[in-house]
Amino acid sequence: MSFTTSFLWSLIVYLVLTAGSGSILLWSPEELIAGIVIAALIGYATRNIMSERLDYFFNPKRWVLFIIYALGPFFLAMARANLDVAYRVITGKIRPGIVRISPNLTRDESRTLLANSITLTPGTFTLEIDEEGNFYVHWINVPPGKEKPTPEELCGYLPKWARRIGE
Amino acid sequence: MIEWLLLVLLAIGVSFNLLASIGILRFPDVYTRIHASTKCTTFGTIFIVLAAVTYSGYNWRLTRDVAWVTMGVHSALVLIFLVLTNPVGAHALGRAARKSGIRPHRAVIDELEGRL
Repeated sequence: MSFTTSFLWSLIVYLVLTAGSGSILLWSPEELIAGIVIAALIGYATRNIMSERLDYFFNPKRWVLFIIYALGPFFLAMARANLDVAYRVITGKIRPGIVRISPNLTRDESRTLLANSITLTPGTFTLEIDEEGNFYVHWINVPPGKEKPTPEELCGYLPKWARRIGE
Repeated sequence: MIEWLLLVLLAIGVSFNLLASIGILRFPDVYTRIHASTKCTTFGTIFIVLAAVTYSGYNWRLTRDVAWVTMGVHSALVLIFLVLTNPVGAHALGRAARKSGIRPHRAVIDELEGRL
């Protein structure tokens, strides 16, 4: 089962990388054969590392939600982050601090998603995640009195989306 | 017409990258500099890559040459890998800095004190 997951992943990435090389749909026969052989090798080599279940990773609901998230709320938050950093670059108004939040996510995948989203969105970046799933986040402008923020105060709707997609 | 669209996309991208460079020079310590470098370079590069994708899509419509599809897909892949890897790099840099004992400049709170 773990062989199939990494085999499919490698094959998809290989096919996307070599799209436009020939005439069978978009690929040449050599590229198709090479892709299958290489993906099988990778799948065999990583069969013990990739323990994720197939139905978790190839669940279409997750993918649809993830694409909606990436194009909508995440892109918006990223645009806001950039205007915010632009403002701080120009004015130099900062009040930095490392704060802790507990978003109560259980899976590694959703934690990774939330940590990466936090890093790319307004004024925050993730420094460390401990075993209990607490995030240590460097916040460039801690509002006075918010030294112990809830996840919603720190990063808005991101934890909700991470839970929806990843859990 | 297409030139103007490309020009606007490239202008947005380059100005955010410029802002990131100014931020790296202006901010006081490693953590705030990581803020500038990760967010603004990612966002700026998104627009530069969008310009490349638009250009290759436009040329593909004109010439029907598959090479343009390849170029567009590869540019889009650059974007995906950049968005995936940039936060990881930022996390590694920041964690390493904190672990080697660099305190955040004028920090009002430091929850990581004594934890790493």
